Amino acid sequence: MKRLLPLAITFVTGMLIVVAFVLPHPPFGGLEDRFLNWYLIVVGFTMLLGVDSLVRMHISKLARRRPGWGYSVVLLVSLALTVIVGVWSWIGWRSIIHPVAPFMYIYTHVIIPLQATMFALLAFFIASAAYRAFRARTVDATLLLVAAGIVMLGRVPVGAYLTQKFPNFVQLPVIADWIMDVPQLAAKRGILIGAYLGAVAMSLRIILGVERTYLA
Amino acid sequence: MSGILEKLARIDRRYIYVVVAVAVVLPFLLRTKVSIRVSPPVVRAYEAIDNLRPGSVLLISIDYDPTSMPEIQPMLIAALRHAFSNKLKVVVMGHLALGIPVGQLGLEQVAREMGMEYGEDYVSLGYRPGYTALMVAMGRSIRDVFGSDYRGTPVDQIPLMKDIVNYEQIDLLLTLAHGYAAEYWAQYAGARYGQRIIVGCTAVVAPDLYPYLQAGQIEGLIGGLKGSAEYETLIGRPGVGSLGMPAQSLTHIVILLFIIFGNIGYFVLRRKR
Repeated sequence: MKRLLPLAITFVTGMLIVVAFVLPHPPFGGLEDRFLNWYLIVVGFTMLLGVDSLVRMHISKLARRRPGWGYSVVLLVSLALTVIVGVWSWIGWRSIIHPVAPFMYIYTHVIIPLQATMFALLAFFIASAAYRAFRARTVDATLLLVAAGIVMLGRVPVGAYLTQKFPNFVQLPVIADWIMDVPQLAAKRGILIGAYLGAVAMSLRIILGVERTYLA
Repeated sequence: MSGILEKLARIDRRYIYVVVAVAVVLPFLLRTKVSIRVSPPVVRAYEAIDNLRPGSVLLISIDYDPTSMPEIQPMLIAALRHAFSNKLKVVVMGHLALGIPVGQLGLEQVAREMGMEYGEDYVSLGYRPGYTALMVAMGRSIRDVFGSDYRGTPVDQIPLMKDIVNYEQIDLLLTLAHGYAAEYWAQYAGARYGQRIIVGCTAVVAPDLYPYLQAGQIEGLIGGLKGSAEYETLIGRPGVGSLGMPAQSLTHIVILLFIIFGNIGYFVLRRKR
């Protein structure tokens, strides 16, 4: 029963959504609307679950004095402060994202620099990884290397500048556009079609109860 | 000579980091300027907005967060300047809780700069969870998912939203995305409800969207910081995107040089073995 009930719910809701897509009339159209509303409510609650899981994990780490427990203190204090400032902003300014709300101060001066810094580090890692991994070991790798080089130069102004005196068809931006529009696009479309056929097959397996790994 | 060439295959990563840092920072300090060639996908995005009649509704979905802010925020600023100068009505929403404040910052900045009035010329609906379910639900009724704006004002009390029910009243959707959101918009709002869509995205996401662009499922594509610079060029107001182009150019050259050095060293070592 513990496994049968979730499988039955999945089958019924899955089939009804498929039928409602083809027949968007009562009663199916209304059912789809209802399921969507339920889904939106459930998604909202999953965020609470995420916060709950995060807090529990770090409290446990702190209680057992595991290595790095100091970072857990920082996380829990930051979380609590952000929630307090968020509620204060909501009460005082009717929105946490009001331009002069205290939450926006935290957002602008802490969250934006931290997140942007994390992502900016990629520039260094990509440069280092490209240097070490991009080797012309085979014909395929050489083709990839040449194409990547053309696109890298062709997608920035210096590429246009270096080849501006050449005939149009050998200018780097033109070649880069062709690589993006033809071989890249063909490969990407093939991958997309394959991936979505796989998604359809997986969806059918889940709806029909063949795939049950989500039940853990 | 051979020893030097062999060393090219074993450059310490810290030297690479220093050279990349210099390549990024130096052009900003020197305030170098470069001319920018505009690519067809960006022209198509620009024309999609430019061809809208005054009073048309442009929905902007903020589907990025501060991680992609340097690349995408200049697109938002340029698109808002373009939309407001063409007297379009702008509705902003978002799928990322941490992304919507970034959009709000850009919106408030441009609205203040161009003297736009909240509720009449633009509105910010804020964030709602749900992603694809939200996109489908908006096709039925926007009020079902956005009952109020980001300040809690009921949507029915906002003049701009008075006649907007669902996608039928949205003339164009601009999704600014750093993930799969643009694909989802094309699949759910575009394919199911016929919503016209243009996309602004990070450079790394842009190749994924070319099939949708070629198939006409999205009408225009602004990719990466270069896309931002191109859009700024089209509206005649160079901004952060254009300012970043010399740094991006130099960094690409530096990375290419390192790749060439690495390969020279690799071939020298291989011949020796």
